[in-house]
Amino acid sequence: MFARGLKRKYGDQEEGVEGFSTVPSYSLQRQSLLDMSLVKLQLCHMLVEPNLCRSVLIANTVRQIQEEMSRDGVWHGMAPQNAERAPIDRLVSTEILCRTARAADGEHPTPELEDGSLQISASELPIVSSAQGQRSPQSSLWEMDSPQENRGSFHKSLDHIFETLENKNPNSVEDLFSDVDSSYYDLDTVLTGMMSGTKPSLCSGLDGFTAAAPPPSSTCKSDLTELDHVVEILVET
Amino acid sequence: MGEDTDTRKINHSFLRDHSYVTEADVISTVEFNHTGELLATGDKGGRVVIFQREPESKNTPHSQGEYDVYSTFQSHEPEFDYLKSLEIEEKINKIKWLPQQNAAHSLLSTNDKTIKLWKITERDKRPEGYNLKDEEGKLKDLSTVTSLQVPVLKPMDLMVEVSPRRIFANGHTYHINSISVNSDCETYMSADDLRINLWHLAITDRSFNIVDIKPANMEDLTEVITASEFHPHHCNLFVYSSSKGSLRLCDMRAAALCDKHSKLFEEPEDPSNRSFFSEIISSVSDVKFSHSGRYMLTRDYLTVKVWDLNMEARPIETYQVHDYLRSKLCSLYESDCIFDKFECAWNGSDSVIMTGAYNNFFRMFDRNTKRDVTLEASRESSKPRAVLKPRRVCVGGKRRRDDISVDSLDFTKKILHTAWHPAENIIAIAATNNLYIFQDKVNSDMH
Repeated sequence: MFARGLKRKYGDQEEGVEGFSTVPSYSLQRQSLLDMSLVKLQLCHMLVEPNLCRSVLIANTVRQIQEEMSRDGVWHGMAPQNAERAPIDRLVSTEILCRTARAADGEHPTPELEDGSLQISASELPIVSSAQGQRSPQSSLWEMDSPQENRGSFHKSLDHIFETLENKNPNSVEDLFSDVDSSYYDLDTVLTGMMSGTKPSLCSGLDGFTAAAPPPSSTCKSDLTELDHVVEILVET
Repeated sequence: MGEDTDTRKINHSFLRDHSYVTEADVISTVEFNHTGELLATGDKGGRVVIFQREPESKNTPHSQGEYDVYSTFQSHEPEFDYLKSLEIEEKINKIKWLPQQNAAHSLLSTNDKTIKLWKITERDKRPEGYNLKDEEGKLKDLSTVTSLQVPVLKPMDLMVEVSPRRIFANGHTYHINSISVNSDCETYMSADDLRINLWHLAITDRSFNIVDIKPANMEDLTEVITASEFHPHHCNLFVYSSSKGSLRLCDMRAAALCDKHSKLFEEPEDPSNRSFFSEIISSVSDVKFSHSGRYMLTRDYLTVKVWDLNMEARPIETYQVHDYLRSKLCSLYESDCIFDKFECAWNGSDSVIMTGAYNNFFRMFDRNTKRDVTLEASRESSKPRAVLKPRRVCVGGKRRRDDISVDSLDFTKKILHTAWHPAENIIAIAATNNLYIFQDKVNSDMH
């Protein structure tokens, strides 16, 4: 679907979407949808006036995907370990993505992003349990001052988006991504079709990763490594 | 609207009488007044432009007048909320006319936060022959005044004056999406994402909150209000729609806070069509009562539905606006097009419904004959005085010569705002920054 009415031949479209002439698996598509949604939420955070209806709909979509993923046992690719957690606990924290510039310095997700792991958003972002009250001490993302605290407090629920909408802190796109390697956003623009403003670069980037994704099994392994890495950092702080 | 031939005449003989090009800004709302004599448009720049229909000439009593610009004024200016460090857009979200009670016209216009009541008056006479002032208004030398005269009213060029009579501010924390004037002509309501307030037209420092769906914990928020409207006849009834596709009819007599609905209209989900986008496409973007007050019209992303107020279980009619987009939902989600809010409209006799789509297409559905038509609002495709040609979107399979393929649709050309004259077959279509007014010269009366 191309916003400007560009005509594409069927063959081109196939190639762009699939990447390697294989039909993307359902879980791959689902994962890329999740990534896209998280990016959308993060971007709407940075707008001066986020559209609440849009944010709510995207957040609900994210929840649906996560619930389905946990039902399927593919959440984090480590179903057994997380078996004791209720599905709602596996709400992915968008807090990392929504970090202010000062907190974004040296955040561990960044290296993983550069690794090009498709699973990065799902596996990296820590699990939060707002239902179980394991909220981090900080009640509002935007009120955190110390990057140190930020690093240790991944535990923000998806739902905090809405609190932050009330305590808006407009951060420019540039601030948030100043520390991210811009080569990450080398995009496959064929996938996205629509280029407007700064949004497409991110969405396209993630789509680009979708196309280049490794098969699921190897992703599981990388998830494990990454999660260990997360745990290390948590323990250290 | 009886026979097929009549239907075809109505659908096909819409002429383009007048296209007013506003270079400056994207039109964000269109609204006829109660007689259809005036048409108001609001734009992203906070301006309101009012068009007036020229009176029919006595020589040709059956030819309808055209719409010309009547007045233009700046309704809202951009503001800055210092507390939240946010800009408040001046874009006019909605305009609603008040029923005319004297020579003046009044309308309510609103942006995200503030509603304003504007009074539009005409001045076509002015007094001349003052005793103390001369023609230019300068004080006369009293020694030259030898007799007294009574000033007389002399005709002058028509001047339309617009003045803000009321400013209803600070009533909303969230973005206002709807306003609706009550049939009692004394009150009106304004709805934002989470709350609905009731105002008295004469009182600006107070409003009553009648619906509040904000959860105690914002983290629990999963549903927002998307549109609301008062019943056209029953001043105690109003409806509001949600992002989950439900409609709630509320009775203000039941309680001060109408959080408990009197009726809940919800269609059960179709399990065969379920996807991650099901909820998003079920979100109702507009709700309109029929003129009769018996039905409601809702628009969600892919369909328009007619609901009978007496039946909550499901709509009585469902019309597909652009079902060919159902397989494209993922890309539409990515481009944010899936969040586009299309409006819908009834014709004066509630027999035809209309809504916009992409590629500057708009659709009309005849409820009686079940026929539908797709028309295009663009300068290229319709010369003045020409009859609009029906368009067709092909989804593969047989393709006719003038068909448009789904992949060639221009998703930046969206018709979100449309309005239908209350009594005649005249429609106003806002296509980005262009306003199109189409009239049906063949069948001017509503069937």
